[in-house]
Amino acid sequence: MTTTLSPQELENDPSKRMPLVLGGKDFHGVTEAVAGIVERKMPVPWALGFLLALSVLGIFGASLGDLIGIGIGEWGNNQPVGWAWDITGFVFWIGIGHAGTLISAILFLFRQKWRTSINRAAEAMTIFAVLAALQFPLFHTGRPWFAAYWLLPIPNQMNIWPNFRSPLLWDVFAVSTYGTVSILFWFVGLVPDLATLRDRSKTRLGQIIYGIFALGWRGSHRHWVNYERAYLMLAGLSTPLVLSVHTIVSFDFAVSILPGWHTTIFPPYFVAGAIFSGFAMVMTLMIVARKAYGLEHLLTMRHLENMNKIILATGTLVGYAYGMEFFIAWYSGNDYESYVFFVSRATGPYAWAYWTMISCNVLFPQLFWFKKLRTSIPVMFVISIIVNIGMWFERFVIIATSLHRDFLPSSWGYMTPRLIDITFFLGTFGLFFTLFMLFVRFLPMIAIGEVKAVLPAADPHNHGHDSSGQGGKHHAHA
Amino acid sequence: MPTHETGKPFALVGYFDTPAQLYHACEKLRDAGYKKFDCHAPFAVHGLERAMGVGPSRLPWIVLAMGIVGFTAAITMQWWMLAVDYPMNISGKQLFPIPPYVPITFELTVLLSAFGCFFGMWGLNLLPMYFHPVMQHPSFHRATDDKFFVAVECKDPNYNAERTRRLLEEDGAQELLEVES
Repeated sequence: MTTTLSPQELENDPSKRMPLVLGGKDFHGVTEAVAGIVERKMPVPWALGFLLALSVLGIFGASLGDLIGIGIGEWGNNQPVGWAWDITGFVFWIGIGHAGTLISAILFLFRQKWRTSINRAAEAMTIFAVLAALQFPLFHTGRPWFAAYWLLPIPNQMNIWPNFRSPLLWDVFAVSTYGTVSILFWFVGLVPDLATLRDRSKTRLGQIIYGIFALGWRGSHRHWVNYERAYLMLAGLSTPLVLSVHTIVSFDFAVSILPGWHTTIFPPYFVAGAIFSGFAMVMTLMIVARKAYGLEHLLTMRHLENMNKIILATGTLVGYAYGMEFFIAWYSGNDYESYVFFVSRATGPYAWAYWTMISCNVLFPQLFWFKKLRTSIPVMFVISIIVNIGMWFERFVIIATSLHRDFLPSSWGYMTPRLIDITFFLGTFGLFFTLFMLFVRFLPMIAIGEVKAVLPAADPHNHGHDSSGQGGKHHAHA
Repeated sequence: MPTHETGKPFALVGYFDTPAQLYHACEKLRDAGYKKFDCHAPFAVHGLERAMGVGPSRLPWIVLAMGIVGFTAAITMQWWMLAVDYPMNISGKQLFPIPPYVPITFELTVLLSAFGCFFGMWGLNLLPMYFHPVMQHPSFHRATDDKFFVAVECKDPNYNAERTRRLLEEDGAQELLEVES
């Protein structure tokens, strides 16, 4: 930096932006900082964390045994609450995934360079969250190995095709396309970094495995030209895709005629909620990862603060949607609609869940208006977890309160979860964290090449003739 | 100074410390009429393709074609399955309505475009590739770390072992070696 201001001073000067990479790292320093994590000996805290994740995955396996061996009657779902923790878990995880795509694709299209330190881990989070989400619809079919016949356009024994007018079938296409495109996007981003790991690897096994997945990448600029175009187009494709996925998830509800579900606000409201919960999950993971691996110079306070601002903005949007639901219920003059919101949700048997949701999603994120709280690691860590609890409750409230009291009071009921509901949902955390722990152990959790490209020395018109980040005439400012 | 005793020389390979030096060297190679040369860098050096005289990627055409295939396939599939092969009357709704067919058509268009993007990119780059001659340069492992390589192929009509070497050295190229094919 030509400027002599320290990061703290820069932070206090609103006309200057914080540099994206602190500590004067050069190109090699960035490689060392990120690739070193993968190459070092297995740290003990990682091993402990991995064991914990594996044990929770064991709970998942046991729950699956029960669900398949006995059947999904083991869940607490009943009449009239036919959808409960299963679909709640599905929407919860799919929503979390959305932040990864937002960071990797939408912020990329908006040229937000600060995304480079968080996009890799956020994309990994997307993929693992989608995998966790898929468990719910897959196993709620009861016999998932037959599910292909009614999920995909494969004719069954009577040669009947699935009904393409059904939102549940749209969901199959949306989620599987989303999962596939997210994996492709993530892998494209990984290849140059896998080549770095291949070239640094000291062991034969590492060279072979990283070598296979690096596809013989040699950093050729003739390749980079196609690569960058592919990356841009994948970002361009992922952006409408991610908006469509949660829109279609919301259609599962909105296309029905149930009061509380049958509303046009659902698509934008679901998308905002998805980004909200996803950013909270990125925060939770990143706060732990940057501390555990000493990545404070790459994942700076500016990154965290920017993410908190997005949490504040989307949390406020979600709060607006909650308010608007009440307004429309009153304004429509529809008795059933009014009943769901003013009686069932606000004061009914699930009022505890409703008010938990409101406090977690609407009240707590508002604390981020204060810079002091927005830049305090303990505060943001706690709020990020609170937000995800709140977002789980949001889906539960939408699903359970609309179902438990429908048009006929004689069919009203209440859903209490059974043990298997809880262990199955808990188990998906095991799946998610096991995969995430493997990711931070064996793959570069920060996009090495992309971080180098935002260093001042990466500018081909920077004739400072040093690659140290310090002393170029350009700044790594986004 | 070939790295091996036998075999035909493939290219003169060396590296620079900064993207700026590489950029400048590429401009000179381009202006001197070189066509068969390549750069190898740990990240996409911004605008280097202009300095090298490389045109834009042809990838968008592949993606467009695949997108059209996805769109057409989705419409055809839904129409054929539900309106032709096994017409089913569900709640008396039309057999070929447009709005409910939009989501799947959209998703398949995106999916096929993404496949075009992914496989098209590797195809255009001729990857995966097991071996490439430039990898024989003893420092080539730093092309994915912190050095900015240039490789001028001996097949280029302008190539002259001495002249090309001098041109690159003027900009600070180091460890210039001829690698074999």
